[in-house]
Amino acid sequence: MAEIIFNIAGIIALLALAMAFFRMIIGPTSVDRIVALDNMTIASVSLIVFFAVYLGRIIYVDVALVYALISFIGIIAIARYFERGL
Amino acid sequence: MMFLGAIMTLLGAIFLFLGALGLIRMPDVYNRMQAGTKATTLGAMLFLLGVAIYNQEFSLWGKVILLILFIIFTNPIASHALARAAYKIKIPMTEKTVKDELAQDTYYFQDEEK
Repeated sequence: MAEIIFNIAGIIALLALAMAFFRMIIGPTSVDRIVALDNMTIASVSLIVFFAVYLGRIIYVDVALVYALISFIGIIAIARYFERGL
Repeated sequence: MMFLGAIMTLLGAIFLFLGALGLIRMPDVYNRMQAGTKATTLGAMLFLLGVAIYNQEFSLWGKVILLILFIIFTNPIASHALARAAYKIKIPMTEKTVKDELAQDTYYFQDEEK
């Protein structure tokens, strides 16, 4: 029973990732796309930890940690670029 | 204990899904940012805690707590920087906007007058 609920949670998180990707494709302005990319990053970090437990390989959590760091620096750099400060 | 972790993971996934739904349905950049960031932060916290409870292994807790702290600290900062950039490059608001108090603030337009 617990495993079924856990798998359904993974599927719902994957659906959220797909919806944010849809907004990243159709977004009218460029800031829309970057906001959708930020949301996709958080959903991806959650999904990487989910798959680390699902596949039984705890070492994948380190990938999520590094990915969160790199994406934060990337978002800040893109925001500076939009303000013409870079 | 596994059941509690699975329920928390499901709640976090539902919050992630609602954040993405707000990202699609909201009419404006600022509304999308407001709907997306807060729901996604809470959803990621619940999701990661639920996965750590579900796993029943002690080695996962340190990294997951580090990841949650990192998400709490950095996600509002990134959202704030993006909102400031979007206002500065004059992306239009939706027609239903009632009041724009930042337009009367002269601080944001200082470097244009020079």
